[in-house]
Amino acid sequence: MNRQVSNPISGPHTHSEQDTGKVMWTVLLALLPATAFGIYQFGWPALFLWLITTLACVVFEAMSLWLARKPILPFISDGSAILTGWLLAMTLPPWAPWWIGVLGAAIAIILGKQVFGGLGQNIFNPAMLARVALLISFPVEMTLWVNPLPLISSHAPGFIDSLLITLHGFKIDVYSGASVMGHVKTELSNGKTLSDALSQSYDATALALGFVNGSLGETSAVLILLGGAYLIYKKIISWHIPLSMIVTTASLAILMHGLHPERYPGGLFHVLSGGLLLGAFFIATDLVTSPNTRTGQLIFGAGCGLLVYAIRTWGGYPEGVAFAVMLMNAVTPLIDHYVRPRIYGHTATGKTLSYSNKKLARVKQAGEK
Amino acid sequence: MKLFRFRGGVHPESHKQATGSKAIEAMPLQKRLYVPLQQHIGAPAEPQVRIGDQVLKGQLLANSQGAISAPVHAPSSGTVIDITEHTAPHPSGLGVRTVVIETDGEDRWQDCQKTINPFELDADEISARVGAAGIVGLGGATFPSAVKLNLWKKHPIYTLVINGGECEPYLTCDDRLMQERPDEIIDGIRIMLHALHAKQALIAIEDNKPDAIERMKVAAHLFDNVTVVVVPSRYPMGSEKQMVQTLTGLEIPAGKLSADLGVIVHNVGTAYAVHSALRQGRPLVSRIVTVGGGAINTPRNLEVPLGTLVSAVFDYCGGFGESPARLLMGGPMMGQLLPHAEVPIVKGSSGVIALTEAEVAINRPRPCIRCGSCINACPCGLLPLEMAARSRKGDLQGAVDYGLMDCIACGSCSYVCPSHIPLVQYFSYAKGELAARRRHKQKADETRKLAEVRMQRMEQEERAKAEAAARRKAEREAKSKQEAVV
Ligand code: SF4
Ligand code: SF4
Repeated sequence: MNRQVSNPISGPHTHSEQDTGKVMWTVLLALLPATAFGIYQFGWPALFLWLITTLACVVFEAMSLWLARKPILPFISDGSAILTGWLLAMTLPPWAPWWIGVLGAAIAIILGKQVFGGLGQNIFNPAMLARVALLISFPVEMTLWVNPLPLISSHAPGFIDSLLITLHGFKIDVYSGASVMGHVKTELSNGKTLSDALSQSYDATALALGFVNGSLGETSAVLILLGGAYLIYKKIISWHIPLSMIVTTASLAILMHGLHPERYPGGLFHVLSGGLLLGAFFIATDLVTSPNTRTGQLIFGAGCGLLVYAIRTWGGYPEGVAFAVMLMNAVTPLIDHYVRPRIYGHTATGKTLSYSNKKLARVKQAGEK
Repeated sequence: MKLFRFRGGVHPESHKQATGSKAIEAMPLQKRLYVPLQQHIGAPAEPQVRIGDQVLKGQLLANSQGAISAPVHAPSSGTVIDITEHTAPHPSGLGVRTVVIETDGEDRWQDCQKTINPFELDADEISARVGAAGIVGLGGATFPSAVKLNLWKKHPIYTLVINGGECEPYLTCDDRLMQERPDEIIDGIRIMLHALHAKQALIAIEDNKPDAIERMKVAAHLFDNVTVVVVPSRYPMGSEKQMVQTLTGLEIPAGKLSADLGVIVHNVGTAYAVHSALRQGRPLVSRIVTVGGGAINTPRNLEVPLGTLVSAVFDYCGGFGESPARLLMGGPMMGQLLPHAEVPIVKGSSGVIALTEAEVAINRPRPCIRCGSCINACPCGLLPLEMAARSRKGDLQGAVDYGLMDCIACGSCSYVCPSHIPLVQYFSYAKGELAARRRHKQKADETRKLAEVRMQRMEQEERAKAEAAARRKAEREAKSKQEAVV
């Protein structure tokens, strides 16, 4: 009986259920309800754009892997390219033409991920990099929002019309309207008061449920929240980034609203509109580009929240999530360098721990009932 | 009692049901026993017998060498038929010096050392007897127990912690021992308390062993200074650092011993062995071994004579139902991979586990996605991903800067890594490499020192010669001057 089983390997000789592929697929599952609702809201063109963007990401990923002589199938099956494409699609105007999706996919996968060395090596969230690049390059296409036209409604374009919309773009005047965020911003800069600006466009319930215009991922706050809660429950993400991000933005909004009620919208408005929730739960929490430690994540989330508010309120763009996350992505290596857990037996500065006699007395207390 | 939480940790599937409720059985004596002379941390023991010698059970086979070492005794009566290299239970598959005994089947004990009430012995005598009985840490660390019992001379010891954590999956040998021999364990604990001049003993047992807790509580309740403490089941609870932290809220300072805090940790199996050594004068010649894993037909706990081949143990347990993917000594988290089953059971063998392919869950490593799971799982506050990245690049100093030397190799990080990166593998490599470099440097230093000494000596000789020559020249000149004057 001489059974040579395997080469010297150190433990552990067992593994938890966790798996990279599983992580990605769980995130996709969490995105599904909001996506499905978005597609229902904005009809066939939204579905086409979503399909095109996601598929393009997978194709670009496969091409890059092939060029880098890496095994294609194992890497594709980790689902990360699909996730990137999906997230990107969720931040695009739903009726944007096909080439916006394809171009965005190319930017996300090639510039955002593969030039850094592939999965895990990129500094910036690929989807956000692509979105920002598109927004700067094609401001018109990237800010054309349609009003919701649910699939079942009589005004909704049919299958063929929808194909044409995706292929050629659509006539601006027919269905469009500014997003809530953009509208408020324009009105305010035109000297109107907030209540005037909001009276036409703002309805918190509609915003929460998603019966407003915007991107797929911006519309239904409730469904995004549901997906986020699922991810936290599944321990794919922790609550640290979403909570600190949302709380920071909301507190700033409440503070400023308190000071100038007629100039600054309140907390609820900021939380429910403009992709903050999508950003907080699905984008800022991207494992690769956010800090690794819990404390680091709190700092990161707060930074994102602060920047979102600042860009929305004082910046040139109505929507700040993408910029905010990218700016904080850039700071992540720094956060990870400075914010580290304390090592067992050492002080926070790395010296050998030493205890006062009072602390040492705990050894004696340890037996007491 | 107030407990404290250690950071990180994981909850691996316990797999203890298969053996936890089965009583310990005796492993039948085999025809041949292979007793390695190094079953402990420290110097190998030196043989005291020769080929052809008749030995009795418990007779000294090899004596301990130096301060940190342990003797080895005959696990049964018979004849020494060889003293040779035999594969040790170590993944390298390398040999260690081993005494091979052909047993005579009588299992006859030698005359036992006369025992007196251990509480009348002084501390030195107790630790001497523990040392002479060949007792080492039976939790798997195999550090000579007598050395630990002497620590009270340097550091006053207040608390003796008895580690009944047994946090490794599959293993139930300590669980069974506590269920079946609680009084003996408590007696061993009290002897150790006496030897350590310690005030109290805390027996820490994970809450997934209700029967053991119950039995130990009953056995301990007669003694005010022995308390059973129920601790949460969380891996690596059984690690000394985490156990001390859980009970006291204090961390063992870096580079120090738990004794610096006034705490000594021993395993329940060790306490039992101390009892046998002091009460019956019996050295350590057998131990309880969990035989488990999905590939084993009849998993159970066996009391196995040391030196019994693992293959015989597997066969006694009905062999394999499914061909095993890995054979391990110890648990699946920190256990040693066995090169094959023809290796002996040794003092540190808490279990021999045959895992199936599915249990091992081998998966090809993928790139690190910087998810931070490893960081959150690490009980020592390290950054496994950074340490691994640096080890892989050969940047050992970088790995050390990130805390490599504080890593207890518990494997929690690898266990949770969704990318299946063999993090501990990298750390073992880096630690081995560093140790090799240190040895190399030491050697180089020694060579350099020798060379320097030699240079100095040669220089001195040179100088002496030159001085002598100068003296002679001066003398000659003086002489010739004198002559000239004359
Ligand atoms: S093996 Fe080392 S680095 Fe990994 S979790 Fe354990 S102590 Fe931390
Ligand atoms: S758990 Fe694995 S994938 Fe996650 S950060 Fe650590 S090494 Fe990277």
